[in-house]
Amino acid sequence: MSGTTVIPERVETQKPQKGWAGQSVPRKEDKRLVQGEGVFVDDIKRHGMGYIFFVRSPYAHAHITSIDVSKAEAIKGVYGTLTGEEVAALTDPFFQLSTPPGAHLKDYALAVGKVRYVGEAVVAVVAETRELARDASELVEVEYEPLPPVTDARRAEDPEAPILHEDSGSNLMWEGVYEWGDLDAAFAEADRVVKIKELHFHRFNSTPLETNGALVEYNRGTGQWTIHTNNQFPGFAAIMMGPAIRCGLDKLRFVTQDIGGGFGNKITSHPQLVVCCLLARKLNRPVQWTEWRTDFHLSMSHGNERWFHDTEVAVKEDGTLLGFRTCALDDAGAWLRYEPLGGVIWAQVTPGMYRWRNIRLEFTQVATNKAPVSPNRGYSRMQHLWFTERVIDIVAHELGLDPVEVRKRNYVRAEDMPYETPNGCVYDSGDYAQMLDVALDLIGWSGAEERRRDAAVRGKLLGVGIGSTLDSGTNNFGQARMINPELQFSGNNEVATVKLDIFGEIVVTLGTTPQGQGHETTAAQIVADILQCSVDDVHVRAGHDSYWNSHAGFSGTYASQFAVTGLSAVKSATEMLAAEIKKLASAIFGGVPVEALELAEGSVRIKDNPEVALPFMACGAIINANNAGLPEDLDVTLNCRYVYRPPFQVPDIERKFGNLTLTYAAQVHAAVVEIDPETGYYEIVDYAAVDDCGKRINPQIVEGQVMGATAQALGAAMHEVFEYDEDGNLLTPNFYDYHVPHALDMPPLRTGNIESPSPFTPLGTKGMGEGGGAGIHAVCAAIQDALRGHGDAIVYDSCNPYHRVWDMLQHPERTRELVEVVQA
Amino acid sequence: MSAVSSSKTIAVTINDTVYEREVEARKLLIHFIRDDLDFTGSHIGCDTGNCGACSVIVDGVLVKSCMMLAVQADGATIETVEGLAEGGELTALQQSFSDHHALQCGYCTPGMLMSATALLRTNPNPTDDQIKKALQGNICRCTGYWNIFEAVKAATADMA
Repeated sequence: MSGTTVIPERVETQKPQKGWAGQSVPRKEDKRLVQGEGVFVDDIKRHGMGYIFFVRSPYAHAHITSIDVSKAEAIKGVYGTLTGEEVAALTDPFFQLSTPPGAHLKDYALAVGKVRYVGEAVVAVVAETRELARDASELVEVEYEPLPPVTDARRAEDPEAPILHEDSGSNLMWEGVYEWGDLDAAFAEADRVVKIKELHFHRFNSTPLETNGALVEYNRGTGQWTIHTNNQFPGFAAIMMGPAIRCGLDKLRFVTQDIGGGFGNKITSHPQLVVCCLLARKLNRPVQWTEWRTDFHLSMSHGNERWFHDTEVAVKEDGTLLGFRTCALDDAGAWLRYEPLGGVIWAQVTPGMYRWRNIRLEFTQVATNKAPVSPNRGYSRMQHLWFTERVIDIVAHELGLDPVEVRKRNYVRAEDMPYETPNGCVYDSGDYAQMLDVALDLIGWSGAEERRRDAAVRGKLLGVGIGSTLDSGTNNFGQARMINPELQFSGNNEVATVKLDIFGEIVVTLGTTPQGQGHETTAAQIVADILQCSVDDVHVRAGHDSYWNSHAGFSGTYASQFAVTGLSAVKSATEMLAAEIKKLASAIFGGVPVEALELAEGSVRIKDNPEVALPFMACGAIINANNAGLPEDLDVTLNCRYVYRPPFQVPDIERKFGNLTLTYAAQVHAAVVEIDPETGYYEIVDYAAVDDCGKRINPQIVEGQVMGATAQALGAAMHEVFEYDEDGNLLTPNFYDYHVPHALDMPPLRTGNIESPSPFTPLGTKGMGEGGGAGIHAVCAAIQDALRGHGDAIVYDSCNPYHRVWDMLQHPERTRELVEVVQA
Repeated sequence: MSAVSSSKTIAVTINDTVYEREVEARKLLIHFIRDDLDFTGSHIGCDTGNCGACSVIVDGVLVKSCMMLAVQADGATIETVEGLAEGGELTALQQSFSDHHALQCGYCTPGMLMSATALLRTNPNPTDDQIKKALQGNICRCTGYWNIFEAVKAATADMA
């Protein structure tokens, strides 16, 4: 870098003030990130490290008849290779969460004997440089015997369909029937039954800009691997990897710092991490793996594609919703890497935001010759909420009712909170109707008819659509037992350690793996309020390290929970530290009762005599380095660890009943679109996103999450698809073909919020960040509204690029066939 | 394919310091900057020239450094994100990005900053559309661009 002068860091202590929580404190992370001084996984280097490149399958389905790595290994600078055969000898298959038939899958870190999707990793090559590893991979000779693929989930259970996993006997992976209330009574009471033959939620994910990666070192002396990675759920990776590579979890040290976006897509990198571990041991050198963009698109964490068949909705003439039946068919892709958890996660939001009490859903998950699905922002709930929102709009459309009125008539009401859903989930707080009013106000709903006429004059079709969603947060992992009663999971936890170091430094250690959510900042806000100091005096360690002993089984950053699990752990650990500081001061001050002490201005002092004060620096120094003569029974370490455990019970597995998540943040989005009927081209001309996540610790960070989730939803609603051809080739394997939104694509956005504190969490917070699915629902609804009176097409797919809108304009009857209204 | 590639010794000036290195002829400029010279602030997000995370300024021109070979930069003067702040003092743009919460994970941020820096040098008072157009080559998956736009716009006014 330029010159050798080391410039001391400028420290500007922000003034202590009353209440850091609730303020948009500038992020502590920003200073390093705007200077390019973050440490992302590909930035980490080790002497003599080798670069990994994966040889991938060009076939969607094929037997592997032979593999020859000799030519690749003969190249100077190639350090070695790893094949499926070696993996099968050195490891056990990954533990399966499913009951049979999915339980029978034998999933290894590399393909063994057979490939099941285009892009499946077959061989790993390690070389001195990235370029050489890639070149050498071309010398690996793999012979395949192609098999017919199945790429359409609807054909997966056909008798003639090729079977992916002979061990499971069919392509069925998991199925379950969920039923609550009295369906017969609901349909008997109905005035109308709205039938919807088929709806389709498409395959996409959040495509974090940084792909997956790791740098792995093996310590031969201790048998321990150090895994520098951007995996966002090390707790899950550990329990998958340990048994597979036959080691205790103490042998797997996970380290993260800055992570370039995750969105759930970085949860299931455990197969690649196993490959890294095996190679680091085999080659006795550090190995580095950074996924290329095309590798990511081909193989990582596609979001769950889901079909909804034979839906029937029981509804009163006035739009009162009584209940529904549907069959959900979920396309898992080739392997169950986190699945079939999607088969229960949706049930966190079973009735959506509505009061219908009678619900039946038959869930079926099948395997296809496509990339394995894994969590993607809004995981499994987004699919289900899209379905419930589509149902609301189709019912309103077919019954000639106003979608706004149907929503307001059926929303769970503020006075019903906390509200127990038909399946035992408890919506903690909120006022959905008020949120809708705010959203409508922000898009100028009152002038909508005038705008519709104005657009018509310009030859455009204007439509307004609403998307309502819940962002259920803080999982009760006991819900996994509804998938498999044998699973020994339940509850949740997160850890924080807060200590006062020798010079009075306040050091906070988290178990989380943030990817841009600003944990260093919000944690510091909570600590500063309790210790009565400045956020600038609070040092929050960046990232996660198993060596810090500040993690537990569910540690990580996923599923909308930090504001509850992480910050509650921080709060309690800091309160423990505050109590210890007072206890120490009480001893130093000669027995002054702790009740007479207070923390203020970076010290502990006597309330009635503030001159008598002990600075934190002195506290830290006494305990850590100058402790002779302290009372023997003074139990103070100034190093406080707290594990937050949310109040959960194990759900009733028989009835599939229980509280599956602790908090329910809510979003109501409203979109105004203008369609050119000549081409199907459309623009979002106005957009509003209203959020309620309870108490906001840092409103600017919350709004940032709302914006980002909205942008991802708009991309998914309009363009983003992992599209496969009939042979199982991915047609969108890079950012040329997979079109994510750019700066010019963004519509004008207005954001709003209301604040309904959660009665169930220590800080009144709710986890948030995943609510953006609302944007998909809102765009679908707006398109359908615009087409009202212009063929009355039914929007049946969650992705609506211009050509599909054009199709709906040209052939509305093809979509009309999907819907029927029966007089009950 | 050929495992043995020809190499060439090149000299580039990065953030005011001259570096002379032997590089493989086929090495991309971004890999040279990141792997050989350890300027890891510039990132890689796509390999196809779409995402702009690797944007740097070469001889005054904004360049996606994954779209250029290192040997093509022989003799060039290159500015990367590490060279923006002087004496530990953030530039107005860097500060504005933080003030407006224009970054979350921070992975696209160096490229965004280089694009915006290049814009404001040539056009200190861009229109709204010019700002968006200047950022069109940079993908961000966290923010939805709204706050990035606001950050650049605010820096414009500051500089005027």
